[in-house]
Amino acid sequence: MISEQFPALIVVTPLILSFFIPVVGWWNRKLCLPIVLIALSVCLVSAFGILDTVIKHGTVHYRLGNWEPPWGIEYVIDHLNAYVAIIVSCIALLVAIYSKKSVEQELPEHKIPQFYTLFLLNITGLLGITVTGDVFNLYVLLEIASFSAYGLVAIGEEGALVASFRYVIMGTIGACLYLLGVGYLYIVTGSLNMADLAQLLPHLYHSKVVLVAFAFFMVGIAIKMALFPLHVWLPDAYTHAPSAVSAAIAATMTKVGAYVMIRIMFTVFKPYFSIETIPATTILGWVAVAAMIFGSILAIAQSDLKRMFCYILLAEVGYIVMGISLANRMGLTGAILHILNDAFMMACLFLVAGAIMYKMGTRDIRNFRYLHRKMPFTMAAFTIAALSVIGIPPTCGFFSKWYLILGAIYGGQWMFAVVLVLSSLLSAVVFFRVIEKVYFEPTVDIHNGESHEMVEVVRDEAPLSMLLPIFITVAGIMLLGIFSGKIISTVIQFAIPAGF
Amino acid sequence: MLEYIISKYNYWMYIVLILIGFYAMMAKNNLMKKLIGMGIFQWAIIFYFMSIGAKKGATTHIISGHGATQHIVRAVDFVNPLPSVLMLTAIVVGVATTGISLAILIAIYRRYGTLEEDEIIKKENSK
Repeated sequence: MISEQFPALIVVTPLILSFFIPVVGWWNRKLCLPIVLIALSVCLVSAFGILDTVIKHGTVHYRLGNWEPPWGIEYVIDHLNAYVAIIVSCIALLVAIYSKKSVEQELPEHKIPQFYTLFLLNITGLLGITVTGDVFNLYVLLEIASFSAYGLVAIGEEGALVASFRYVIMGTIGACLYLLGVGYLYIVTGSLNMADLAQLLPHLYHSKVVLVAFAFFMVGIAIKMALFPLHVWLPDAYTHAPSAVSAAIAATMTKVGAYVMIRIMFTVFKPYFSIETIPATTILGWVAVAAMIFGSILAIAQSDLKRMFCYILLAEVGYIVMGISLANRMGLTGAILHILNDAFMMACLFLVAGAIMYKMGTRDIRNFRYLHRKMPFTMAAFTIAALSVIGIPPTCGFFSKWYLILGAIYGGQWMFAVVLVLSSLLSAVVFFRVIEKVYFEPTVDIHNGESHEMVEVVRDEAPLSMLLPIFITVAGIMLLGIFSGKIISTVIQFAIPAGF
Repeated sequence: MLEYIISKYNYWMYIVLILIGFYAMMAKNNLMKKLIGMGIFQWAIIFYFMSIGAKKGATTHIISGHGATQHIVRAVDFVNPLPSVLMLTAIVVGVATTGISLAILIAIYRRYGTLEEDEIIKKENSK
C-alpha cells in the first residue's frame, strides 16, 4: 500500500525531483515550475494521508531499511508532526504557484532553475525536520533547510549578499550549538533516538551534562527561530530576499523552529524537567515578553513594508514561545494553533508585499497613496490579514490569542496577559498606519493647505497567478478562524505533548 | 587542580578552540577572517566528537567467525564507530557551509571590491 510509504515519500519526492530541476532547466526553463508543483502536491497529499492515518490508528512509526530503533533511524509521526507537515507543504505549494510571475520579474532568467532547486531543497529540509524521530537526523535536515535558505536569500536584491553572509554566521552558530547538545546527550546516554532518549534521560536529570545539553539545545533553536535577543540576522535576510522566498521562509522556518522547541522540551526532555528541575519556562516566558514588545515597537519605526513585517514576525515568534513557556493545556493549545494561524498570516502579508513590489517597484509605505484604487483586491487581502494579526474576530488570529490569554490567566501569569494585549494594540498602530496611508489619504494637504484634485488612478491589479495564492491564504485566515474549534478537537488536543 | 585539567585535556582543547572560533566570528572586521573563525568553531565540535569516541588499545569494529567459533564480544576491545560516522556527516555539512560562504564572499568582493565590513557598510550607506 502506498499510504504506508507516505512518511518516506514526503521527504524523498522533493529531494529527488530537486536534483532533476537543474538538468531539465538547462533543456527547457518552462518545465521547472511544473516539477516543483508536482513534488509539492505529492508532499501535500502525503501529509494529509499521514494525518488521516494518525487520527485513525495513532502514531506512525516508519523504520528506514527495517532497522529497529534505537540502532536504525526512525520516522515518528504523531498529531503534532503531521499538523506541521501539512502547514509547511500547503504554504510551499501556494508560494510555488505565486512565484511564477514574481521570480520572472525579480531574477535574471538563467537563475530560475537554481532558484527552484534551492526552494525545493529548503522544503525537503523543513518536511524532514517535521517527520524525523532522531536528534542527529534532525540536525542534518536543519542544515539542509538552512543552506538552501542562505542561497535563496543571497540571490535577492541589493544588500542581500551581506545579509546572507550574516545569516550564514548566525545560522552556523545555532546549528553547531544544537550539535553540541546532541553530543552531550550522546555521551551520557549513548543514544540518538528521541523516544529512547526520553526513556533514558529521567535517571540522569541531576547530571550537569544534561543541563548543559538542554541549554545548548535551547540557545541553538532560539537562534534558528529568531527569538528576540538572537534575532539580528532575520530582518535583513528576509527583507532583501526575493518576494517569494520571504513569503515561504517567513511562514515556515520559524514555525518549524517552534515545533523543534516543543519536541525537545516536552518529548526528549520530560515536562517536569523543563518546568521544575530548571526554570527554563520562566526564562523563556520573559524572553518572549521582550520579543513581543520590542518586535511591535520596532515595527512601528520601519518605513519599508517588508522590513515592518519582519519585526511583526519577531513579535509573533514571541507569542508562540510565550504559549510554550506557559506549559499548561490552554497555553500550548494557543501556541500550536498560533503556529498554523501565523503561517497563513505571514504568508499572506509577505505575498501582498511581493505583489505591491511587482506592480509599484517600491515597498516604501510613504508611496502608498491611492493604492486601494490601484490594487483593490490586494489591499483588501492585506486589510484582512492585518486584522488577523491584530486579533479581531472572526479572523484566526483572535482565536489563538484568546487561548494564549486564557493560558496566561490559568497559569497565574497576569503580566503575560497584559503584555499580550499591549502588543496587539501596538500591532494595531503598526497596521493602521499603513491602512490610513492607503485608504484615508486626506484631500487637503495639512502642511501646505493646498487641496488635492481627485487623482485619476487606473486599476492595475497583480496578475491572477499572484492573486490566487493571496486569496487562498485570506480564505484560510477566515476559515481557520471559523473552524478553529474543529481543528482543536480533531488535531491539536492530541498534539499537545504527553504530561499536560 | 592541575591533574583535573590534564586528565580531561581533550575537552579543554575543544573549549579553547571553540572560543577562538567564536571570538573570530564576533570580533573580526574582515569577512574572510569571520569565515575562518566559523571553520574553527565547526572543527572544534568535530574534534570533541572524535575525542569521545577514542579509546586506547582498542580495535576496529569487525567481528570474525560465525556460530560456534564466535567468541564473546567485549565492548572494551572495540572502538565505538558511531561518533566517527556522525562526524562524517558533520564534515560534509561543514564543507557545504564553507562552500556556500566562499561563494557569497566572492559575490560580495565583486560587488563592493572589499571584504572589510566597515567599508562595505560605508559603501552601502553612501548609495
